[in-house]
Amino acid sequence: MNRIIRKLFSNASSLVGIVLLFVFIIIALLAPVIAPPLSEDPYQIPRMSWDVNPQPPGFSMSDNIRDIYDYMGKDLKWDISICGTAEGGYDIFYGLIWGTRTAFRIGLITVAVASLIGVFIGSISAYFGGWIDEILMRITDIFLSFPFLVAAMVLTTILGRGLDKVMIALITFGWMGYARLIRGSILSAKEETYVMAAKALGVKDIKIIWKHLLPNTIFPVMVQGTMNIGSMVITAAALSFLGVGAPIGYADWGQMVSFARNWIIGSPGHAGQYWYTVFYPGIFIVLFVLAWNLIGDTLRDILDPRLRGEL
Amino acid sequence: MLSYIIRRLLLLPIILLGVTFLIFCVFSLLSPMERLATYVRDPAALKSPQSAERLIDKYHLDDPFPLSYINWINRVVHLDLGWSQAANQPVWEAICQRFPATLELVLYSIIPVILVGIWLGVISAVHHNDMLDQTIRVTAIIGWSLPTFIFGLFVLFIFYGILGWLPPGRLSAWAQDIVYTGANFKSYTHLVTIDALLNGNIPLFLDALRHLIAPIITLSYISWAFLLRITRSSMLETLRKDYVRTARAKGVDEHTVIHLHAQKNAMIPVITIAGMMIIGMLGGVVITETIFTYPGLGFWAASSAQQLDYGSVISFALLFATFMVLGNLIVDISYALIDPRVRLE
Repeated sequence: MNRIIRKLFSNASSLVGIVLLFVFIIIALLAPVIAPPLSEDPYQIPRMSWDVNPQPPGFSMSDNIRDIYDYMGKDLKWDISICGTAEGGYDIFYGLIWGTRTAFRIGLITVAVASLIGVFIGSISAYFGGWIDEILMRITDIFLSFPFLVAAMVLTTILGRGLDKVMIALITFGWMGYARLIRGSILSAKEETYVMAAKALGVKDIKIIWKHLLPNTIFPVMVQGTMNIGSMVITAAALSFLGVGAPIGYADWGQMVSFARNWIIGSPGHAGQYWYTVFYPGIFIVLFVLAWNLIGDTLRDILDPRLRGEL
Repeated sequence: MLSYIIRRLLLLPIILLGVTFLIFCVFSLLSPMERLATYVRDPAALKSPQSAERLIDKYHLDDPFPLSYINWINRVVHLDLGWSQAANQPVWEAICQRFPATLELVLYSIIPVILVGIWLGVISAVHHNDMLDQTIRVTAIIGWSLPTFIFGLFVLFIFYGILGWLPPGRLSAWAQDIVYTGANFKSYTHLVTIDALLNGNIPLFLDALRHLIAPIITLSYISWAFLLRITRSSMLETLRKDYVRTARAKGVDEHTVIHLHAQKNAMIPVITIAGMMIIGMLGGVVITETIFTYPGLGFWAASSAQQLDYGSVISFALLFATFMVLGNLIVDISYALIDPRVRLE
């Protein structure tokens, strides 16, 4: 374990990943300080104007919206759009900051639950073998028969909009890789003498899996999980981009990019006039995913026995 | 070998049945009324409770689960997939009409994936750990971290917004006139580039190609980034094998060692992955076509999803899952054919 951590910190690319991740954690934790919410629901991006057109960075809140806050008797904690506004006057900076929390939530929860399901199914399948293995693996095959994005899109469409629905869809079609991975590891590990010894002593099956097999086989799953956080966040963002993900106005990077879709070309003679609508959310998504991929990539190289000692 | 293929073929119907069952489970999350809406062309028929009830009976939507599943399968087998609100035509017709456009896009996207992915992967492995390898590797990771929809918007912005070279859509207006209403134009394959060549219409061919380039770049780049990684590690492993050392010791020149001795063996896993990558592009089609308003299956599916046109979305899932199952079958069998070790077992 110490060796792995040492390598993670000594490798340039994973070090970049760790630093990036650290910055994102700080942003997520300090979100209420960096961008104080203007309404009860902090995940609802405040609107700076009713105008459809995006407004450039430095735009100050329009008077008719100011009036509403006045009328409700709330004092505005801030009223300038640092990064401009997206289509419909949604403040980009606020969405970026609170979207970091959304990204962590999606990435961590979906990977945690999906890997738990996968580990459960995979370990049962490998340990008991026979027809249980055959059935569980065929079910895995069936779930694997769908392109991930297509399956997630269809399930979200049926379930309806909302972040929870997106996460359900991602988990439903995201556990198979873990199941196959852990199955392979346990299949070879269960022939080891320590498992035989435990069986001979009459230890219960569940306890053998939990206490003896999983601790020895779980590590590749954790690496896979790290690599997957990025792709889960990308897929969730893609769903929002397609218009079936997060509800409108929710602090979610994918949706902010989808707001930018109609404005990317700019107006005639002013190509790229609305660059800020796609640039900021795009950069946040890429850096977030990159952070996880850099760490995961190095982890994989460290743990790949064929490449061990050559990094 | 033969028994392996037979086993794979026997599994095919079971997997396909499982796929339909899973899709039907998802479909059943909807209420009978919502499911009925996917079959009815005229929304007015749903207004009156009597006619709605009659239709629910007719389509067996309120029957016990197994019965309505059998009924649904029966209709699917007869290609009665319902009415697509988004396309305003029967779902099956909508699919047939849009399939060639998507096929054309995917076919052309295979070329850069294979060429660039494998070529860069080999270079990266040969120059293991020096500057070139690190650069290629980091570029691949960044490419992999860049979501298709952001990359696609970027491509659209540069090549259409600023340069004006590569417009969205499938054809320019004048070209559409030729293809869809032109008297002298014969559609042999419905792949516009090929049809244009067969008709000897070079400007039309160039126009179709101009519309295809940006979607091809967008669709393929994630796959070649991935393929590059696989080629690299496979090549690294092979280059460390004893027979490669023997060849070098015999004084075989480096070019022959790498491209003749090592690359051949390193390509075995790569070919499998390449097959899977091509199948994997099916998912990317949805986003790519949406960005470039390219009138294929993916664009239709995305707009159906936005309009909550459940019937189209479900049929789309069914179609793409079938493609994927068949694609995987072909990859598995060809893998067995290519690799003598698998063949001999």
